[in-house]
Amino acid sequence: MSTLTTAAYLVSSVLFILSLRGLSHPSTARRGNFLGILGMTIAIVTTLSNPGVLSYKEIGIAFLIGGLIGTSIAVKIQMTALPQLVAAFHSLVGLAAVFVAASAYYNPSAFNIGTVGSIPMGSLIEMSIGTAIGAVTFTGSIIAFGKLQGFVSGNPLVFKGQHFINLLLGLGIIALIVKFCIDQNQELFWLIVFASFVIGVLLIVPIGGADMPVIVSMLNSYSGWAAAGIGFTLSNNLLIITGALVGSSGAILSYIMCKGMNRSFLNVLLGGFGGEQAASADGVKDDRQAKQGNAADAAFMMKNSKTIIIVPGYGMAVAQAQHALREMGDLLKAAGAEVRYAIHPVAGRMPGHMNVLLAEANVPYDEVLELDEINRDFSETDVAFVIGANDVTNPAAKTDKTSAIYGMPILDVENAGQVFFVKRGMASGYAGVQNELFFRDNTLMLFGDAKKVCEDIIKGLEN
Amino acid sequence: MSEISNQLESLSYKAQQIANEASQLASSVAETSGGHSDFIIFGITVLVLACFVGYYVVWSVTPALHSPLMGVTNAISSVIIVGALLAAGPVDSNISKYFGLIAVTLAAVNIFGGFVVTNRMLSMFKKKQ
Repeated sequence: MSTLTTAAYLVSSVLFILSLRGLSHPSTARRGNFLGILGMTIAIVTTLSNPGVLSYKEIGIAFLIGGLIGTSIAVKIQMTALPQLVAAFHSLVGLAAVFVAASAYYNPSAFNIGTVGSIPMGSLIEMSIGTAIGAVTFTGSIIAFGKLQGFVSGNPLVFKGQHFINLLLGLGIIALIVKFCIDQNQELFWLIVFASFVIGVLLIVPIGGADMPVIVSMLNSYSGWAAAGIGFTLSNNLLIITGALVGSSGAILSYIMCKGMNRSFLNVLLGGFGGEQAASADGVKDDRQAKQGNAADAAFMMKNSKTIIIVPGYGMAVAQAQHALREMGDLLKAAGAEVRYAIHPVAGRMPGHMNVLLAEANVPYDEVLELDEINRDFSETDVAFVIGANDVTNPAAKTDKTSAIYGMPILDVENAGQVFFVKRGMASGYAGVQNELFFRDNTLMLFGDAKKVCEDIIKGLEN
Repeated sequence: MSEISNQLESLSYKAQQIANEASQLASSVAETSGGHSDFIIFGITVLVLACFVGYYVVWSVTPALHSPLMGVTNAISSVIIVGALLAAGPVDSNISKYFGLIAVTLAAVNIFGGFVVTNRMLSMFKKKQ
């Protein structure tokens, strides 16, 4: 690698770091994204100028096809479908890593790592580890995509001896890698790929739909480590630095998500949490009656309130209610109320999903607040309007030690003067726990589709 | 730093020569592998330091922008295209080159998809009028 090339890759690395740095505030974020694009352009142009890269025509065609597909998907995708899009994209990084490693195995001289059959040990280790991580990322992301998209049931798929099989497979992959590094046998290479594909599927199937934020972040992290692994094979610092950035970003996001649910990362990974099984297993009959209200009552009461906090959750995204909700908020603001939004860290199916949906509906970002920024304000708030969220508002998480969600940070909506809870029916939330909030004196249930309820309230406000 | 990169440069130049001269294969492989083990330590140093940079930079990202963060990281992790381009680079067609071309396509989907969708997300974040 010439000094110039190394320097150009360094510039790319710095631009990538700055592009993440830009995301510290919405006002600098777009510039950050632009710096990322610039960094990627420099990396690609630099690599193309490498004397070993000659087949410009084929590369151009491949790049163009990929670019067109990527752009057209990204332009069309609905913001509610972001989590599955990101999962699908991660799978591609994983698969690309597998192909790059396979290519390095069959033609090592293109990467300056010896010749076929006599690749140095260090490169073999890096290559096989990169391959394994890439392959796990690929199938794992495909399953996560299927669960989020609804192709695969969002319920956890648990069977006996699952973890034991995973453990055996994991050890098997390590053994294969060791054997591969000694023999350099091509069957062994593909066996590593195949075994990693299988373990990728097995790792994700037992994990329930609402745990997907953790999983999507984790796969984000894996795709970074896969890139770093390939970076070692290529002796390329740019790939190592970028891989480390992406890897730590995904790891931090999974940590934040786990903390938002008060669960350990291991507990999420072991799976089996939530879904229908949990709901039926824990479904103790509840004879208490929740008070039911209608949209007209809600409209009347909110019109006469000074402060309102809206708590959106995944149900709002499913019902595509964000636009109607914002319209409702605008009418309330016009009537003189202060309207703000409270976002729980695990609301939605990926980190920050609710913020994007509200931004899409033209809610200014300074009205949208995080849990610790707004939680104290509920006690001085007239109305809390919960729409599509459930477990994250359950006060039992603070008091009931036997509850599955005990210790999870909760939005203290019960402290508001009046709580409106928009919900389709009385079914329990993802954790399979009955929400204590429903039976509080200051809670009024508004049954119905989230979007429909918002529209009805809008009508009530307009009259 | 520059000393090491100079060393690397000369080593990779050597490796290039080696690859071309099949007759000198046996002796040259040992040399390449020797150079490579140097890179492992250097690479791990870079990796560890970059993890620290990543740690501090990512914690400074506002939670409201965690979705765009995933979009950007998704796009930049496709920097793996560097490897794909090297694999697809040689003129003569063989399986290795086709793997490279597939990887170029996959990474390009991600690069364009990731940056475009992030830009779409970010363009929606507006301040109060």
